[in-house]
Amino acid sequence: MNAFRAALGRELLVLWRSPAEIINPLFFFVMVISLFPLAISPKPELLATVAPGVLWVAALLAVMLSLDGLFRRDQESGVLDMLLTAPVMPVVPVLAKLLAHWLLTGLPLVLISPLLGHMLQLPDAALGTVMLSLLLGTPALTIVGAIGAALTVGLNRGGILLAVLVLPLYIPVLIFGAGAVSAAAGGANVDGILAILGALLALTISLGPLAVSAGLKISSGN
Amino acid sequence: MSDSSIRLELVQLGCERDDRMLFSGLSLTARAGEIWQITGANGAGKTTLLRILVGLHGFFEGERRWWQPQWQQDLLYLGHQPGVREELNPLENLRYACALNHQVGDPMAALAAVGLRGFEDVPAAHLSAGQKRRVALARLWLERKAVWVLDEPYTAIDQDGVAQLDAQMQQAAEAGSLVIYTSHHRVGDGVQRLHLENGRAEVLS
Amino acid sequence: MVWQTLKRWYHMLGSPRYFYTFSSRVLPWLTPIAVLTLAAGLVWGLAFAPSDYQQGNSYRIIFIHVPASSGALMGYMALGVSGLVAVVWRMKMAEVMLKAIAPFGAGLAAISLVTGALWGKPTWGTYWQWDARMTSMLILLFMYVGVIALQAVIRDPRQAARAAGLLAMVGVINVVIVKYSVEWVQTLHQGSTLKMFGESTIDPAMKYPLLLSMLGLWLLYAVNVLLRARTEVMWRERRSKWVNKLVKEGDR
Repeated sequence: MNAFRAALGRELLVLWRSPAEIINPLFFFVMVISLFPLAISPKPELLATVAPGVLWVAALLAVMLSLDGLFRRDQESGVLDMLLTAPVMPVVPVLAKLLAHWLLTGLPLVLISPLLGHMLQLPDAALGTVMLSLLLGTPALTIVGAIGAALTVGLNRGGILLAVLVLPLYIPVLIFGAGAVSAAAGGANVDGILAILGALLALTISLGPLAVSAGLKISSGN
Repeated sequence: MSDSSIRLELVQLGCERDDRMLFSGLSLTARAGEIWQITGANGAGKTTLLRILVGLHGFFEGERRWWQPQWQQDLLYLGHQPGVREELNPLENLRYACALNHQVGDPMAALAAVGLRGFEDVPAAHLSAGQKRRVALARLWLERKAVWVLDEPYTAIDQDGVAQLDAQMQQAAEAGSLVIYTSHHRVGDGVQRLHLENGRAEVLS
Repeated sequence: MVWQTLKRWYHMLGSPRYFYTFSSRVLPWLTPIAVLTLAAGLVWGLAFAPSDYQQGNSYRIIFIHVPASSGALMGYMALGVSGLVAVVWRMKMAEVMLKAIAPFGAGLAAISLVTGALWGKPTWGTYWQWDARMTSMLILLFMYVGVIALQAVIRDPRQAARAAGLLAMVGVINVVIVKYSVEWVQTLHQGSTLKMFGESTIDPAMKYPLLLSMLGLWLLYAVNVLLRARTEVMWRERRSKWVNKLVKEGDR
């Protein structure tokens, strides 16, 4: 537990001291979304129809891009080797890392999403669901993406490969996340869909960190 | 656990990498109180051998036996890279390493011992390569671990630092630690030497 | 008793050398059986089976489409199982299998998509529909591509196989979730025509040639996997005595 607390503090500090890592995904999210009204059409009805998908795809890409460097600097500086030879289970520092990463990059996306939803002409009643679906979905995206990041950490062409590995794994979360927002925009009850998203999150939280540590071990040469 | 039980046995260890046999048929027993120096040209497989010893590299033939299942509790491994993040200062880096490795001791005193007094809260990005290495080496001045595995600990270290490190390693061995390191620098007399060359591994004493 | 036999099999097939001799004995008869079964199924289905009362002759593409789809799905499941064995038990042959299974499976997924599109044109009036099964198959193809791409960029073959194995394990869980989630979105496809249990909605005159071509394709897949695995085993063990002896004997 002490190791977890120390690791969490350290991860938060490292991220906090490199603000670009926190701000860039957020800006990416906002910018991608602002492209759509320009590219498709600023007509409110049309925007409201595509808004759930646009919001979710943009959030998904922002999370994925932020993950490329998740383990890279630790690997280059040798911290990853230390983490894997330490007498604590690698899951402990990995969990701390994932939590810190989500708190500083995923959570801001969740917080700003109602504003963007409003700009995409979603009805106010759906904005709560936008936030809630992203709140349940983005941690799952972070964890699943981290599996890909762990498997590609030693390779010098991580970026696009990470997308190829991870995007197919993101599809269920995308479907239910965007589905929840669409349903809410149509005035339907979304409790069931959010429950499924919650179940997906529970599944990724319980198995994901183990897979991430296994991936790190494999990448180190095991 | 008594210190004298500390032991590392390698039985017919072999490793192939990128289509090349780094070494094969390597058998040795290293015990508490010994210092082992591993030498060899660049690319001879020194780093890979150390990574096999500490469990970072798992593709090898033969056997590697530590004296107990929880050997990682007593391991202090310093890798090829110093393991220092530039965003953090030396103190923060050291504290994190200690928390992960369950190593106790006074980090301030350890940093002072490696000559980093006054640099404790300078971001590591502003430190020289030698100073970063010293941050990693500071762990040798904390609670003594039973097994030291050090990959090129002398890299970027100045003359005074080398002498200091020699003394610290010898002291650890006298106190009952097993020290294994790679470098061309010889710590002192009575050091066992393992030489890797052209796929062969030879024990020279 | 069964357990003991299984365990012996596991250990024997876990040895690359045993695998090589075993596959040398199996391939000479498995290959013709596979080819003949597939040919028989296809000829029967394409030329002799009755035409469908609704879809006419265009339905005949199922004799390719359905076996390819099932083969692609089974192949990915096999990848997941090999991944589990490779990652958890570090079995060398499972690593070899991870490399051997993927390419043919990816090809089958592609064939399934193409034949599905061709079948879709006369049936639905469009080549592509985002219906549950075609979408799932597309995602399955993506996941095959991921496994192959990951193995291609990691230099050490053992490490590459284990990385791909972990990805395939995660992928298998994903396949199941994707299947339900895309079904949840919408379904336009017709219901399943073959049922393992209960009554099939397909005429027996169409069912038997379909089963036959399915079996034939699976066997062909197995032949392909064995051949690829043999090449990989030879490459990995190229320094061992038995491979060198084999190569010398082959020279004579």
